[in-house]
Amino acid sequence: MTTDKPTVKNLPIAGIIFVPGSAKEYNTGAFRSQKPILDAKLCTKCGMCWVYCPDGAVFVNSEGMYEINLKYCKGCGICSEECARKAIKMVDEEE
Amino acid sequence: MSAQAFRSIKDIPLEEYFTPGHRACQGCGETIAVRHILKAAGPDVIVVNATGCLEVISSPYPYTAWAVPWYHVAFENAAAVASGIEAALKVLTRKNLISGKKIHVVCFAGDGGTADIGFQALSGALERGHDFLYVCLDNEAYMNTGIQRSSSTPYGAWTTTSPPGKVKPAGQMTYKKDLPSIFAAHGIPYVATATVAYPLDLINKAKKGLEVEGPAYLHVYTPCSPGWRIPSEKVVQVSRLGVQTGMFLIYEVENGQLRLTVKPSRRKPVTEYLKMQGRFRHLSDEDVERIQRLVDERCAKFGLPPLEAST
Ligand SMILES: Cc1ncc(C[n+]2csc(CCOP(=O)(O)OP(=O)(O)O)c2C)c(N)n1
Ligand code: SF4
Ligand code: SF4
Ligand code: SF4
Ligand SMILES: [Mg+2]
Repeated sequence: MTTDKPTVKNLPIAGIIFVPGSAKEYNTGAFRSQKPILDAKLCTKCGMCWVYCPDGAVFVNSEGMYEINLKYCKGCGICSEECARKAIKMVDEEE
Repeated sequence: MSAQAFRSIKDIPLEEYFTPGHRACQGCGETIAVRHILKAAGPDVIVVNATGCLEVISSPYPYTAWAVPWYHVAFENAAAVASGIEAALKVLTRKNLISGKKIHVVCFAGDGGTADIGFQALSGALERGHDFLYVCLDNEAYMNTGIQRSSSTPYGAWTTTSPPGKVKPAGQMTYKKDLPSIFAAHGIPYVATATVAYPLDLINKAKKGLEVEGPAYLHVYTPCSPGWRIPSEKVVQVSRLGVQTGMFLIYEVENGQLRLTVKPSRRKPVTEYLKMQGRFRHLSDEDVERIQRLVDERCAKFGLPPLEAST
């Protein structure tokens, strides 16, 4: 995958993209004005934040805990709103 | 077929076939649905996608959020292309050119792409009996081009082409086309409705639709924050209220038998759903009453409890 802009001459036929899921290289964290802070002490690992995140930005880390990947998180606030334990707080991004 | 493939949240695969890095708005309901439908399908799937938000936000060149084979086709012909792919897979299998394992074909289209523009292609594909799952992501307007009304926009909704004014004070003055009933009337083996607030219901229905032999139609209510004029964090809540008020009826029709799968034990008044959304802000009390009446009638037909008298 290259981030150089392709030209008409070297575009593959039909605009085929050969790398599955290449969007993972793209940083959508810049959409954010607020970010979620997950308090692991309050978390019961129910998984609902992971289920509802439209951006697949919640993941289970190597210790089996839910964590938020700020490269992708757009700060929509759904995880915070849906967490029954109120374990996720939205805070303003700073400059 | 009766056993649920996914009995708890922990049964939902961690693997993402619709990857992060897509460019949907914050809180996009469509993308929640697509993540889970693809988890139900697994890696052996070919996706066909009509034009619309989902296509645009997932594939700005040279990036793609699809980790499975994906075709973007025109607005009109997603179901026709899916028919061709399914027929080709059959021939390739018969000629032993590919292994015999089942490759699913899934079509995604918006409500505009389903209720209006791709309607006849879909009707044809269902009638011919192709083995595929068609998913309508219903956000109740043409969102990608800036919130124009479709025939799936409900009565009373503001859109840029159904603005409330002196002549048409309610905004959208026509009633939402009942797509699931229309496709159930095709006599296909599986039709279901779902919404993002109930992910287990959604993913199990996707699974059933994929496994059934012949066509399946899945209608998913997917709230859209900019289009419905709701804050992004309320997307799942609005989806849930749609069900609790009886605005969205969540059911499946399996071999002609209709069964409600999410059944609110008490029904909330529709105002609770309407008042959360800027697109309904202009509605008069009479309009709200009219919507309540229509919902009551529909719920009674489906065997849902009456609205509690206290409200
Ligand atoms: C034949 C045709 N007419 C119009 C368009 C422009 N167009 C692209 S996306 C879109 C809106 C799609 O609405 P819908 O199917 O409801 O999907 P959504 O974007 O709401 O998910 C329109 C009108 C087009 N691409 N092709
Ligand atoms: S929703 Fe809340 S309790 Fe559940 S896993 Fe996420 S942070 Fe933990
Ligand atoms: S704020 Fe939104 S995008 Fe970020 S982790 Fe929560 S649900 Fe996902
Ligand atoms: S306009 Fe609506 S449907 Fe389209 S990407 Fe944004 S939230 Fe999703
Ligand atoms: Mg739409």
